Amino acid sequence: MGVDFDLTTIWAFIIAFAVFAYVVMDGFDLGIGILFPTFQPGQERDQAMNSIAPVWDGNETWLVLGGGGLFAAFPLAYAVILPATYPLVIAMLLGLVFRGVAFEFRWRDKAHEKFWDISFTAGSFVAAMAQGMILGALLQGIEVQDRAYAGSWWDWLTPYTLLTGVGTVAGYALLGATWLIWKLEGASQAHARTLAKKAFLATLALMGAVSAYNLALNPVYADRWLSAPEIYLTAWVPIVTGIIALSLLGALRKERNSKPFWLSIALFFLGMAGLGATIWPNVIPPDVTIWEAAAPEKSQAFMLIGVAITMPLILAYTGWAYWVFRGKVGTEGYH
Amino acid sequence: MLENADALLLARIQFAFTVSFHFIFPAFSIGLASFLAVLEALWLKTGKQVYQDLFKYWLKIFAIAFAMGVVSGIVMSYQFGTNWAVFSDKTGPILGPLMAYEVLTAFFLEAGFLGVMLFGMNRVGKGLHFTATFMVALGTFISAFWILSVNSWMQTPVGWTEAANGQLLPEADWFDIVFNPSFPYRLVHTVIAAYLTTAFVVGGVGAWHLLKDRTNQHARKMFSMAMWMAALVAPVQIFAGDMHGLNTLEHQPAKVMAMEGHYESYPDGAPLYIFGIPNDEEQRLDYAVGIPKLSSLILKHDLDAQLEGLDTIPDEDQPPVFLPFWAFRVMVGIGFLMLGIGAWSLLARARKKLYDWSWLHKAAVVMGPSGFVAVIAGWITTEVGRQPWTVYGVLRTADSASPLDAPAVAMSLIAFVIVYFAVFGVGTWYILRLMSHPPHLGEKGVKRTEKGPVRTAGITPGPTQNPGHDPDVLPESKEEATDGR
Repeated sequence: MGVDFDLTTIWAFIIAFAVFAYVVMDGFDLGIGILFPTFQPGQERDQAMNSIAPVWDGNETWLVLGGGGLFAAFPLAYAVILPATYPLVIAMLLGLVFRGVAFEFRWRDKAHEKFWDISFTAGSFVAAMAQGMILGALLQGIEVQDRAYAGSWWDWLTPYTLLTGVGTVAGYALLGATWLIWKLEGASQAHARTLAKKAFLATLALMGAVSAYNLALNPVYADRWLSAPEIYLTAWVPIVTGIIALSLLGALRKERNSKPFWLSIALFFLGMAGLGATIWPNVIPPDVTIWEAAAPEKSQAFMLIGVAITMPLILAYTGWAYWVFRGKVGTEGYH
Repeated sequence: MLENADALLLARIQFAFTVSFHFIFPAFSIGLASFLAVLEALWLKTGKQVYQDLFKYWLKIFAIAFAMGVVSGIVMSYQFGTNWAVFSDKTGPILGPLMAYEVLTAFFLEAGFLGVMLFGMNRVGKGLHFTATFMVALGTFISAFWILSVNSWMQTPVGWTEAANGQLLPEADWFDIVFNPSFPYRLVHTVIAAYLTTAFVVGGVGAWHLLKDRTNQHARKMFSMAMWMAALVAPVQIFAGDMHGLNTLEHQPAKVMAMEGHYESYPDGAPLYIFGIPNDEEQRLDYAVGIPKLSSLILKHDLDAQLEGLDTIPDEDQPPVFLPFWAFRVMVGIGFLMLGIGAWSLLARARKKLYDWSWLHKAAVVMGPSGFVAVIAGWITTEVGRQPWTVYGVLRTADSASPLDAPAVAMSLIAFVIVYFAVFGVGTWYILRLMSHPPHLGEKGVKRTEKGPVRTAGITPGPTQNPGHDPDVLPESKEEATDGR
């Protein structure tokens, strides 16, 4: 699995980066939505919401970049994956509608705050579950004929995709809980820590289960992880994952402040690196490679200029926005 | 199982429904973001409290509209792939980069600075906060730039070549693709439409509160600003729309024929139909009422100029006439009503009764939502007028859709209809409720304190507010808001 750095490969990495950025950034705010009902109505919930209110919109923009980038750099993949997972994509979009408006609506209508809290949680859960299942549907393979999806509209529903869906929900909950450890204080922080421990165990177990299932899913996947020479390239992923997992557990036990969040991101990074190594060089397993799905060089080159100029700026002002709202949510509140 | 034709029709209805709903929010937020930037700039420049109050009043409304725009927009960015997979695969090499540029240069900019704009007033300096507001406004404009470039390329595609696999590949310079022939006209016309839409909303709200209390300084200020916008920009818009129409006549004559209801050709002067019931089947305009030769005068600047009709267009390439014909009349009618309100306001100013002429205020209230109707009508005109093509003359709508089963699309369409009406209906209700509270001294901004929903500004009537206890009110704000004419 040699990597030859042509434009298409660069674009594969850019899309992978966008998806990763999306998964960790919207992951933690979707995770907070998932965990929301376990927080007390009133101050606890308000603080949890406040900790992400100024940034959720930026976080979700990475999803648009993932979709838009896929459309631009790998139009065939965009045109196949979305119809193949049609009900999941629609469910995700509607879930995001319900949770997105809850950020504004719950403050606007005290009488129906409870309703919008439920909408926030249900929307977050559905979006997370759907995203995990889309990932699973991709990994288990999509039937393509004549540049179009050739399966039926229920192919995405299998025990495997349910597993990846639940795994994603658990992982997002871990990100959300560790973010809240960082942002909250006192009793609510302690509550977030308890949640983080549970989510951590669930995430680890489900990551293991998905990895094991992957090996059974496709002999090519198994070869990649279990036989030479590929194993020399891939073996570090499970090893480092183990180390990170142990450090994360330690950080939770030692009641560290921001470290659990960063280690959770590292865990996600390794999980995604593992999945990337599993399907490489396909963009639509089992048959369509990134080169077969790629847009022409002229399109990729034009966009690469845009990415090269704007991405450092985007990272800079996004970082600044996070910096402005740094520290504990506290009692000051935002105005 | 239903036929493919049903799946196609359902997919078209779904796209029309979701994009029409979505368009309402950016049409409002593009103008509102600029209005907010102007208000904040005026506040920083003059230090007058009224501008800060108005900024905070409209900021709360902006926050809700923007959130609805974001979530309905994400739907759009995926719907090309879910429902129009063949279109996406074929046009991806050309339209994909333009949309990617929209995300990179506009969406991130808006989203990145929105948090600071909404909640950062006390966390960053005034200058930096204004920068954030300005960036959000700039982002909304850049977003319009790219997405209208995409839409314009679908109307007037240039610089492409077809690959062996059926994809449309970019051939010309990207500059030529981005600035395709209809783009400059569409951009100007649409952005002005967004500004006018916002102006009439602001004017309507101001007028509403003037009808209740004509001494409300805040209502006076917003009404005056909105009426200046109407008076100055409505004529510009009519001119821009005319230019856009001439451009369409050049590049998409069939669309103009449909807009005009010209089923037949007119060798010496075509009439301008005021009324008529388009009858595609019989290819004629029933119950037509028209002014002879006026259409030729408008489109060709010559009473006797020849104008071809749909009889010169093969049946399979004709757009349906009813929707473009009537949507166009609705849009133009509203445009002239807006012009009328603008002129009326100038008269009122000259007579020094801008704040006392209750008929003007009533008319402005009625016209408050008119911009949305005009924008949607214009959108229907241009989109239905492009049919039966997604990419004009290149890719047919019937050949663009995803290979989905009709029940799948039917279910998603039903889900979108229910969720959109419920969620965005409630959101609109919240916006209207905010608007119904009179703007007042010491207006609170978008607030979140740990104690919960302190974002109830407006529910507390003005007189009970104590600016001194409001952390949002900066020292200079105690000066009375005597401005506002």
